[in-house]
Amino acid sequence: MNFLETIWLIPLFPLLGAALMLAFGKTLDPQPRSEVAVAPGVEPVYEHGHGHAHSHGHTHDHGHTHDHGHTHDHDHAHDHGHTHEHEHGHHHHSPLKFLVNLICPGMVLLSFIFSAGAVWQLSQQTHRVHEVVNFTWIAGLPFHMANGQMGSFQMDWGFLLDPLSSVMILVITGIGFLIHVYSTGYMAHDNGYYRFFGYLNLFVFFMLMLVLANNYVLLFVGWEGVGLCSYLLIGFYFQKKSAGDAGKKAFIVNRVGDAGFIIGMLMLLSTVGTLKFTDVNAVLRTGAFTPEVAGIGTLTIITLCMFFGATGKSAQFPLYVWLPDAMEGPTPVSALIHAATMVTAGVYMIARSSALFELTPITSTVVASVGAFTAILAASIALVQTDIKRVLAYSTVSQLGYMFLALGVGAYWVAVFHLMTHAFFKALLFLGSGSVIHAMSGEQDMRGMGGLKDKIPVTFRTMWIGSVAIAGIPGLAGFFSKDEILWQAYSSPKGATILWAVGLTTAAMTAFYMWRMMYLTFYGESRVAPAVASHIHESPVSMTGPLTILAVGSIFAGWLGVPKLWTAFGENFRGFEHWLEPVFATAAVEAAKEGEHSASIEWTLMFTSIGIAVAGILITRYFYLVKPHIPVRIGAMFPRGHRVLSNKWYLDEIYEFVFVDGLCKAGGLLLGAFDRNVVDGGVNGAGWFTRFAATISGWWDTWVIDGAVRLGSFLVKMLSYPVCILQTGRVQGYAFFVVIGVLVFFGYYVVR
Amino acid sequence: MHPITTVHYLALSAALLLIGTVGVLTRRNIVIILMSIELILNAVNINLIAFSHALQNVNGQVFAIFVITDAVAEAAVGLGILIALFRNKETVQADEIDLLKW
Repeated sequence: MNFLETIWLIPLFPLLGAALMLAFGKTLDPQPRSEVAVAPGVEPVYEHGHGHAHSHGHTHDHGHTHDHGHTHDHDHAHDHGHTHEHEHGHHHHSPLKFLVNLICPGMVLLSFIFSAGAVWQLSQQTHRVHEVVNFTWIAGLPFHMANGQMGSFQMDWGFLLDPLSSVMILVITGIGFLIHVYSTGYMAHDNGYYRFFGYLNLFVFFMLMLVLANNYVLLFVGWEGVGLCSYLLIGFYFQKKSAGDAGKKAFIVNRVGDAGFIIGMLMLLSTVGTLKFTDVNAVLRTGAFTPEVAGIGTLTIITLCMFFGATGKSAQFPLYVWLPDAMEGPTPVSALIHAATMVTAGVYMIARSSALFELTPITSTVVASVGAFTAILAASIALVQTDIKRVLAYSTVSQLGYMFLALGVGAYWVAVFHLMTHAFFKALLFLGSGSVIHAMSGEQDMRGMGGLKDKIPVTFRTMWIGSVAIAGIPGLAGFFSKDEILWQAYSSPKGATILWAVGLTTAAMTAFYMWRMMYLTFYGESRVAPAVASHIHESPVSMTGPLTILAVGSIFAGWLGVPKLWTAFGENFRGFEHWLEPVFATAAVEAAKEGEHSASIEWTLMFTSIGIAVAGILITRYFYLVKPHIPVRIGAMFPRGHRVLSNKWYLDEIYEFVFVDGLCKAGGLLLGAFDRNVVDGGVNGAGWFTRFAATISGWWDTWVIDGAVRLGSFLVKMLSYPVCILQTGRVQGYAFFVVIGVLVFFGYYVVR
Repeated sequence: MHPITTVHYLALSAALLLIGTVGVLTRRNIVIILMSIELILNAVNINLIAFSHALQNVNGQVFAIFVITDAVAEAAVGLGILIALFRNKETVQADEIDLLKW
């Protein structure tokens, strides 16, 4: 079977799943309570006595006792596990649920199979680009280009499979499938099950459209589509105000970035004359557009606008603020959308436009600086977060900062490499945190955890692997990609020592906050509320299975990009870079210059970063395991610093002040003045003028038009007056005239 | 004794016509006006009969019969109108009936 010709089917499978779920899910859903989704941490709204009969069998399956009196006593605010047991009785054997479990992950699995087949067949070709155009989407519209020529704006509904998009589709469908499977366990006791899976499938569809598109416009369709799905899924627990607000925040912040992307896209169209990736690259590589060494040129503005779009989608400073709030969504959503796939869309887009960014050194510097700054900013916030998911959210922002750092220094393949390894270990960590939350009956605050490692061993072991991987310990995925980023930040012609230093500091912070999370959650004394403690149980296989697979991936994914220094390993271990070479052809030329740096420096840097990661972990161990009072004391020593970090550098407040309050109020005042003076002035002026014109018109009407008519009637009246007096109405008078007339006739004939 | 000639008839007829015309024009009572109209018609009849006799042609008499018939009909219709008018206006004075003024 020729999978290359059927790549257009890859996004259609999840679309079919989504269509089935969203069209028929509600009608087929047998549950009597329609749409009362129970969020973790939200009190269930139905009575308890009903569910208990069913809950018994299930709790015993799980092999732990269920103390009825106890659950009734304790505060239901964290009653996740409890609802879970109630709901199982209703849903466990529901045929609809079985169907949903079959269709939605199945569709993504089908996409994965088709993707894997297509990528395999692509790798067999010498020229590793395959394009399938289904039909012309937008017929050629003529327009004037910036240079005065006539261009034709034509867009195809076309799909492009090249090494870059093949990495993306494998990550999306592969990890997406695992997260779908995980969700069947995690969401089992939530209402709106079909809705959740419908949105999830819809998201996968749009994400695949985004990465498989062969032009910017179709990419933008996916880009907006994933934004929509992100909004829908963050606000999945829409009864919670905070969830709805977070969804809106994500949507609106992303729109700000999208405005930049659209402007950049249209300027690119106006400058280059096409938005098709292959054509854009071909035009740019002809040398018609020389690299701008100094000064801000059109290309710089285009790339800056596109980068601004990327900061929105990929949660970079200044538009990252939506991502931590996005943790209001269900945890699998955080794993899929806000860690593994959607947030990498900006990285993908810039990597896809690498030929363009190669020509604009200023933008590259901006990208690298923003990436490094975001990395360290988010990492510093993550140091003091107490919500397990928020630590991971800031960690994601920080890791995305690394990717942008790599993009900015021209190491595009490294960014994509880190994107892939990060997808593994961050999805793993998020799903693991979901498993912890599941075990903790909805508790997310790490201050209420501790000592969980023996109670949920599979979750603990897999998350342990994930944390080692992200901390940058050699042998696991995160080390290879992060070390390569640091090396490129140092050695690349666009790199700088300061970028490397920031990256290194961030690496130390990463090790610190990840292991702080691990120690607070799994080690030490248990601080679990006794009411919750009795429910703690390992998650079902549908959840631990994906965790295990992702853990394996987190170990081995990095071995595709072993450092060049490790000469003991053959070229096969550096396959990732070679695989992506055709995409980043111009970048490769730049990278060739890096040979100037000596191997000893690279070894030194590598050991520095390994040492700092290990040191970070050890310090954390000392702080949180050996002497748990130290962090408290440090926090007390620098109360201001701690407060600033806890409040996320007050950036949300600053945004609130500057944009929400400041801009809105100033805008309101300005708008009020504008309204009063210009809009109202226009209306009033128009009113005055109308009245003035009406007065003139009225005068003319009264005296000229009516005057003429009345003069006519007056004249007629005057002339007719003598005749009128003859008409008396008396018969005899008329008869008299008749007689006179007769006499006149007679007289005439007689006299004649 | 002078024989009665056509001229005598014509003189009588003219006198009747004059009396009738003056009656129509001067009297205010509509009944009198109708009677005056009868006088005029009879003046015409006398004329017709006189000429019929003088010319020895019966056509004049036929016409006279027609005129009498006509006068009857006219009187009937006229009086009918008059009664209807009286019911509405409670008057038979011609100068009080002047609704056809503009």
